Amino acid sequence: MTLIKETDFGTPAATSETMVTLTVDGFDVTVPQGTSVMRASVEAGIKIPKLCATDMVDAFGSCRLCLVEIEGRRGTPASCTTPVEPGMVVRTQTGRLKDLRRGVMELYISDHPLDCLTCAANGDCELQDMAGAVGLRDVRYEAVDTHFRAKNTSGEANPQWMAKDESNPYFTYDPAKCIVCSRCVRACEEVQGTFALTIEGRGFDSRVSAGMHEDFLASECVSCGACVQACPTATLQEKSVIEIGTPDRSVVTTCAYCGVGCSFKAELRGDELVRMVPYKDGKANRGHSCVKGRFAYGYASHKDRILNPMIREKITDPWREVSWEEALSFAATRLRAIQYELGKDAIGVITSSRCTNEETYLVQKLTRAVFGNNNTDTCARVCHSPTGYGLGQTFGTSAGTQDFDSVEQTDVVVVIGANPTDGHPVFASRLKKRLRQGAKLIVVDPRRIDLVKTPHVEAAHHLALRPGTNVAVVTALAHVIVTEGLFDEAFIRERCDQDAFADYAEFVSDEKHSPEAVESLTGVPAQDLREAARLYARGGNGAIYYGLGVTEHSQGSTTVIGIANLAMLTGNIGRPGVGVNPLRGQNNVQGSCDMGSFPHELPGYRHVNGQEVRDIFESMWGVSISDEPGLRIPNMLDAAVDGTFKGLYCQGEDILQSDPDTKHVSAGLAAMDCVIVHDLFLNETANYAHVFLPGSTFLEKDGTFTNAERRINRVRKVMAPRNGYADWEVTQMLANAMGGNWSYTHPSQIMDEIAATTPSFANVSYALLEEKGSVQWPCNDKTPDGSPVMHVDEFVRGKGRFIRTDYIATDEKTGPRFPLLLTTGRILSQYNVGAQTRRTGNVVWHAEDLLEIHPHDAEVRGVKDGDWIKLASRSGETALRTKITDKVSPGVVYTTFHHPTTQANVITTDYSDWATNCPEYKVTAVQVMPSNGPTDWQEKYEEFSTLSRRIEAAE
Amino acid sequence: MSPEKLTYMANQIAGFFRTRPRQEAIDGVADHISKFWAPRMRAQLFSMIEQGGAGFDPLVLDAAPSIRKVG
Ligand code: SF4
Ligand code: SF4
Ligand code: SF4
Ligand code: FES
Repeated sequence: MTLIKETDFGTPAATSETMVTLTVDGFDVTVPQGTSVMRASVEAGIKIPKLCATDMVDAFGSCRLCLVEIEGRRGTPASCTTPVEPGMVVRTQTGRLKDLRRGVMELYISDHPLDCLTCAANGDCELQDMAGAVGLRDVRYEAVDTHFRAKNTSGEANPQWMAKDESNPYFTYDPAKCIVCSRCVRACEEVQGTFALTIEGRGFDSRVSAGMHEDFLASECVSCGACVQACPTATLQEKSVIEIGTPDRSVVTTCAYCGVGCSFKAELRGDELVRMVPYKDGKANRGHSCVKGRFAYGYASHKDRILNPMIREKITDPWREVSWEEALSFAATRLRAIQYELGKDAIGVITSSRCTNEETYLVQKLTRAVFGNNNTDTCARVCHSPTGYGLGQTFGTSAGTQDFDSVEQTDVVVVIGANPTDGHPVFASRLKKRLRQGAKLIVVDPRRIDLVKTPHVEAAHHLALRPGTNVAVVTALAHVIVTEGLFDEAFIRERCDQDAFADYAEFVSDEKHSPEAVESLTGVPAQDLREAARLYARGGNGAIYYGLGVTEHSQGSTTVIGIANLAMLTGNIGRPGVGVNPLRGQNNVQGSCDMGSFPHELPGYRHVNGQEVRDIFESMWGVSISDEPGLRIPNMLDAAVDGTFKGLYCQGEDILQSDPDTKHVSAGLAAMDCVIVHDLFLNETANYAHVFLPGSTFLEKDGTFTNAERRINRVRKVMAPRNGYADWEVTQMLANAMGGNWSYTHPSQIMDEIAATTPSFANVSYALLEEKGSVQWPCNDKTPDGSPVMHVDEFVRGKGRFIRTDYIATDEKTGPRFPLLLTTGRILSQYNVGAQTRRTGNVVWHAEDLLEIHPHDAEVRGVKDGDWIKLASRSGETALRTKITDKVSPGVVYTTFHHPTTQANVITTDYSDWATNCPEYKVTAVQVMPSNGPTDWQEKYEEFSTLSRRIEAAE
Repeated sequence: MSPEKLTYMANQIAGFFRTRPRQEAIDGVADHISKFWAPRMRAQLFSMIEQGGAGFDPLVLDAAPSIRKVG
C-alpha cells in the first residue's frame, strides 16, 4: 500500500478523433487534435516544469515556467497554451530554457517564505518541486516588498501582508504563501461552478479573494475542496494535514453519503485518516467532490459512537453493556420466543440504503432464510419506491437509464422535483458545466431552487407548480407534445406498444389535460408550459432528472410513469445524452432495491410468487421461501399496534426520524418486544430498542455500493472496525445465533452468491471490479463490460408501454385551519437525518432546521426573520425558526429534516403513494403562528431521549 | 390496521385504474393487491367486504373475487 500519485497532465484531455503526431525531445508522440504541447510531452514521458497549469482546469498561461522551443517558431511559447500541430518538433530542455526558468523561479521564491521545513505542504508542494526541477541554487536578490512578512525590517506593519483565513472548518487560506497562479479561481469556476473566488488587483498587488473581501465561510464558497486540490502550494491547505502531517498510503473507496457515489482516495498515515481526496479515475465524479465526501468523515471517530453491544429488558431501563455473545443470544432468544408465540410472520427486518450491497443482501436473506418470511423493507420505501414501480411498469426495470457522463451530450435538461446543487452536488457541478456550454434548462419545482439562477446559468423555464400537482403538469406537457404533433413517430412505431400508445394519445389529447385547463390548479402559466414542452420535444437530446419531489407524493408512481411516457413520446431513450434519471438520495438506495429489500421481490426485482425464482434461492439456501409478499414498514407498524408483529432487526436506518408520522412510528415501536438497532449511534429509533448492536463505518469494511447510474463501486476497508466487526459479520452472527449456519469469510463471497442468483449481476465479481474500477449493471454475458446506457435497441420489457396518468388530487388539502402547503427537502452540508453530518464540522453551515416562508405570508402572521414559530398540521405540531425568502411562492412553506429536535415528521401525515405507500412528504397542509420556543412535545421528547440513552457500563 | 386506512389504500389503487376499460381496470386492481399486499392485509380486506364492504370503491368490490385468496 503506497500513496497513489495520479499523473497531472497539465491540461485537460482533448476529445477529437483526429490524431496528430509530433516529436518531443526526439520522441514521437501521437495525440488527439487540440491537445496542448504540455500534455503531449507528458504522454511521451517528459514532464515540462509548470506552476499555473493542472489538468483539472483549462490552461491560463501566466507563470511562464513551461516554456519550450519549437522548430521554425520564434521565441519560447508556453507549452500549456500551445496546441500540437502535425510534424511539430519540440524541445523542452535547452540552455536558453533552463536560464529562463531559473529566472522565473527566482522571482517566485524571492516573494515566498522559506519556511519549507515547518510548512504543512512540505513534500507535497509544487513550488518546492519546481525549484528542484529547474535547479534553483540561489536567489540573487532580496525583495524589498513582500507579501509574506507581517512587518518590514524597521518593524512597521506591511500593508501587503494579510492574515491567514481559518474560517472554513476544513481548510485554511494563507495569503502569505500564494503565488497567484489562479488555479483555485479556475477550479471554482470550471469544476465546481460556484464562482466564489476572484483575483483582485493587478500585478504585484493581485490577490485571491473569496467573494467580496469576505472570509471563506461568509462567502459563496460551498467548501467542495476543488480549490484546495488545485492549489500547488500550502496556501489552500486541509486543516487535517496541518494537524497530522502528510499521508503515506492511500486506499481507493466510495463516498458513503449520496447517490452520486464519488470515488475517493482515503489518504492515511498508519491507521489515521489524514484526508479524503477525490479520485480522478472515479467514473461518477471524475475527480470532483462535495463538502460531505471530501471533509465530513469526522463522525467515524466521534465520541458519541457506540462501540459495545448493549441490551435492556424494557425500553425504560438504562442500557447495559454486554459481550457480543450475550447480546446476540438475548436477541435470538427473544425473536424465537415471539415467533413461537405469534407465528413466524411476527418478526421482520429493515435493510439500509447506507450499508453495502453485500450487507443488505444478508439482511434480506436473514428474514427469508432464517426467520422464514418475506418481512423485509427498506428506507428506499420512503424515497424511491415509486421509481421502482413506475419505471418497472413502463420500461421493464427499476433504474436510471444513463450514466452521469451522458449529461455532457444533453441539449435540454429537465429537472423535476430535485435540487441537485444541494442533494447531488457533484452531479450538479457536471450539469452546470454543460449548461454553461449552452444546454437549456427546464426546472419543475415549487421552490426556486439555486439552479434556476446561479452564476452563468439560468433556466429557460421555471414551472413553479403548486405542491401536489406534478401529475397534472407532466400530463399537460404530454398533451402539448401529442396535440402539437411534436412526438417522435418513428421511435414510437419501432420501440413502443402501439395499442398502449393509441390509448395514451387519446387520453392526453383530451382538452381537460391542456395547460390552459390545468393552469388554475397547478399555478403554472399555460404559455410557459407549452414552450417548455416544445423545447423538451424539439430541442435536441432531452434528459429528465428527477428526485424526491416527484416520488414522495400520493401520486408518486403516477408521476414517474408520466415522466417515462414523456421520454418515450419524444424518443429520448436509448442513447447518450437522453434518458430518465432518478437522482437517488442515499448512497446505496439503488443497491438496496436491487438486493431484494422489498417484501414482494427477491434480488433482481423478481416477484416472490415466481416459482423459478424461488427455486434458485431455495436450492442455494436449502430452505423454502414463502410465495406471499411480506409486510412493508407502515404495515409492520400497524401490525405491531395490533399486537401481531413484535420483533424487528433494523440495520443502519433511523425509521423514527426518517419515516412519516412520528407518533405512529413510535407507537408501533413501543408495542414491540424486541427491537434490535444496528447502527453507529444511539439514534432516535434506539430510544425504543432492546438490543443495540454497534455498527461499522464505510471506512471499516469491504463491500460495494451501487450509485444512481447503476454503477457498482468498491468500498474498501481503510482501517479495522472500531466496534470489532463489519456489519455483514454482525448480521451473520445474528443469523447463526438463530441457527442460520452461515460461513462467509469475506464480502466477495457474498457478491459471488449475488452473481450466481441474479442475472443482471451474473458477471460481477470483485476480480472484475478490481480490473475495471467499477461496472454498471446489467453486467452478464450479453453486456460483459456493463451497461452505461439502458434500453438501447429495445426496452427491458420488450416494447415500451405508455400508461394513462389521471391526475387525482391528494386528500391533503389546505383549508381555513391549515392554509399553507409545507414541502420538505435537504441542504448541501447535511445528509438525511443528519446522524453523521451533525457530528462533523458541517454544523457551521446548518445548525438548525429553518422554515422558509414567503415575505407576504410572514407579514400577515406578524412573523419576522429568525422568529420562533409554531408549525402545525392535523398530525401534530413543532416549533422552529423562520427564514423569510421569496424562493418559496406565497402559500408554500419549506423546511429540511436534518435535526431530531425539529422532528419535522411530527407534522407530516400518513398519506402515501397509491402503488407503493411511499409517504407523501412533499405536501402537508399547515398553519404557521408565532411562538416563544420549542413545543411541550419537543421538550418532553428531549427528556425522554436523554432518559432512554442512559448507559451502565459493564462491571 | 384501521379499517378506514385499509379502505383508503384500496380506493387509492382503484383511482389509478379507474379510467381504463372496465375489465382492464378490474384486473389491474386485483393484480396490484395480489402482488403487493401481505396475506394479513388481504384477509382483512376480504372480511370487510364480507361484512358489506361499505366505503369501498365499486371497482375494488368488482376486483375482489379475482384477488389472490389467503391461506
Ligand atoms: S471550496 Fe469549492 S466552492 Fe469554495 S472556493 Fe474552493 S472551489 Fe470554490
Ligand atoms: S491560493 Fe493557491 S491556487 Fe490559488 S492562486 Fe494562490 S497559490 Fe494559486
Ligand atoms: S456528491 Fe455525494 S457521493 Fe459525491 S462527495 Fe458529495 S455526498 Fe459524496
Ligand atoms: S504552466 Fe504554462 S504558463 Fe504556467
